[in-house]
Amino acid sequence: MDSEEKWDLVVKPQVSVFDLNLKEVWRYRDLLILFVKRDIVAVYKQTILGPIWFVLQPLLQTIVFNFVFSSSFSRSINGCPYFLFTFCGIACWNYFAECLTNTSNTFIANSSIFGKVYFPRLISPLAIVTSSVIKFLIQFVFFIVMLIYFIVIGRVGMEISWSVFLVPLLVILMAMLGLSIGITISSLTTKYRDLRFLIAFGVQLFMFVSPVLRPVTPEAVNAKKHFIEMLNPMASILEAFKFIFLGNGTGTLSWPWLLYSTGFAFLTFFLAVIIFNKVEKSFMDTV
Amino acid sequence: MSNNVVIKVEGLSKHYLLNKSAKQKSDTLYGNFIDGVKNIKNITKKREKQDFWALKDVSFEIEKGDRVGIIGRNGAGKSTLLKILSRITPPTKGRIEITGNVASLLEVGTGFHGDLSGRENIYLNGSILGMTKAEIDAKFDAIVDFSEVEAFIDTPVKRYSSGMYVKLAFAIAAHMDPDILILDEVLAVGDAAFQKKCIDKINDLSSSSGRTILFVSHSFSSIRSICNKGLYFDSGKLMDVGPIDTVITKYQRFVKETVAQNINVNVKPLSSTGEWDVGTDLSVEVSWERGRFAPGWHCDLAFYTFDGVKILALQSQMFSEFSSYGEYNAAEFIIQNVGFASSDLRMDVGIRKDIDTPYEIVVENCATVSPSQKSLPLYKRQDVIIVPKATCKAIKI
Repeated sequence: MDSEEKWDLVVKPQVSVFDLNLKEVWRYRDLLILFVKRDIVAVYKQTILGPIWFVLQPLLQTIVFNFVFSSSFSRSINGCPYFLFTFCGIACWNYFAECLTNTSNTFIANSSIFGKVYFPRLISPLAIVTSSVIKFLIQFVFFIVMLIYFIVIGRVGMEISWSVFLVPLLVILMAMLGLSIGITISSLTTKYRDLRFLIAFGVQLFMFVSPVLRPVTPEAVNAKKHFIEMLNPMASILEAFKFIFLGNGTGTLSWPWLLYSTGFAFLTFFLAVIIFNKVEKSFMDTV
Repeated sequence: MSNNVVIKVEGLSKHYLLNKSAKQKSDTLYGNFIDGVKNIKNITKKREKQDFWALKDVSFEIEKGDRVGIIGRNGAGKSTLLKILSRITPPTKGRIEITGNVASLLEVGTGFHGDLSGRENIYLNGSILGMTKAEIDAKFDAIVDFSEVEAFIDTPVKRYSSGMYVKLAFAIAAHMDPDILILDEVLAVGDAAFQKKCIDKINDLSSSSGRTILFVSHSFSSIRSICNKGLYFDSGKLMDVGPIDTVITKYQRFVKETVAQNINVNVKPLSSTGEWDVGTDLSVEVSWERGRFAPGWHCDLAFYTFDGVKILALQSQMFSEFSSYGEYNAAEFIIQNVGFASSDLRMDVGIRKDIDTPYEIVVENCATVSPSQKSLPLYKRQDVIIVPKATCKAIKI
């Protein structure tokens, strides 16, 4: 009589780490939407410019980096305007970095909610990624507008080909990498808050070793350096992204390295899911 | 009978490892620097841990339509039980089986975002509590109506008064539609009229649709008005299950017995009606064994509302009459009700050698006092706590 099926819910000490309970996540989809809305709307409450900031912020960053790096890097990108090149890199990087830093903070930032109400915890990293995608898309549209302008005035050639279909994959890969690294860090920050101070610094450092403001060292120039730089899973993604929109010379589309990044992303994602499931159960007692 | 069981708890235990903080933490920034450097050296060392069982081998069953009041002293394990039932933290051992969907309200206004308007927060908070958008759409008007904040529904909630904030939050919670509703001290919100409205709403929910309710509170009056069944916890163990009145009686007897071993507390209103009405005095007589406590010791009282807010603390050495007696084994406090809100207050008693020594004994929850405002006209009744007029003198019994 007391068979498992009789009960709607059984609370037990240990649940399998692979048990993601996606059905329940689906049941809470309205909450996901509202979290996304909250993250986006609340950011520009009480600002005058409102959502314009989503574009203005990377734009200002681009202007600053232009002042600093334009002279040293603009010759190596095959005549492409350095401004456009940097904006493209920064938009992608901010998107990745936001996924990373926000998910790494998810348990601590939400501890007051997590401590009082149950809902599938997976909702909050999902919400972070979704709102980051939306912000990225806004910046992406702006980038396309700028690109068209530069094409019209003849500064950039029309080089868009079938490879544009790779863009959704690249966007997903960047989110997966950010999310996975972020979740791995989040499992440690619940115990050691020290890491929160290191993340901002680490992400900044990571940006300068990634091809954000400059292209990767070409293989022909220094094969060893090229190899080391490409080991960074973000490198081939950023390179491909720039290649697709800004043409050859600004980036390269390297299938083997892209495959490497894809494998890397899926592997860390898999690990992150396990870590998340483990931390989710116990963090309320440690946070 | 057994197929009516909606919650079945078997051998439930919850274990925590507490860090033993061996030495006093420094309270200067410089001292913290030094501590930080020391911590780096000790990072690989295992810190000493202390076992703590918040719940130990608890088993019970709850049937459909039961309205269960959970009582016990602070730290008895009530909130831990609710947290496990609400799936916020997993149990260490044992299992719980539940039929029907559960909504728990361990706090009102969870996830409220100050920058969002009341309207946006209704949707956000409702979804956090497990409602779908369609459900909230359907109940939106009823929620706004119940909350009494209709005029400010498009104002960011950070501009709300704290009363409006909790009213809106409770209104959302009151419109959840679960089979099992778990409540933790949440009724301590708003003014007396709003509290009554909430209790009525809960009673209405449970009687009209046979909803099961689990309710933690220190207020016996609100537990009595809602619950028909009681669970009584002490130090993580389930001490008694049964009809609410028997459980409360047993709990009170237990508390009295613990008190009797060490000190005696006698509380009585000094008014003709037997109520502690505004303007009348309450006598609290605390006496203790002569052998254990020497003359010259101090006796302190503290009053808390049932959601744990300390509203009044009296120390015997505050009163000049107290020290003029040499040998005494009791203290009598006379406290005037200068306008306490009409809600139950629980009283803690502590006895110690001197004002800066730790308490030799503390008896939590040794009495419940119920101030009333009956003699005041309605417009003069208030929630504000005013410093009372009180005296205390040493006596000999």
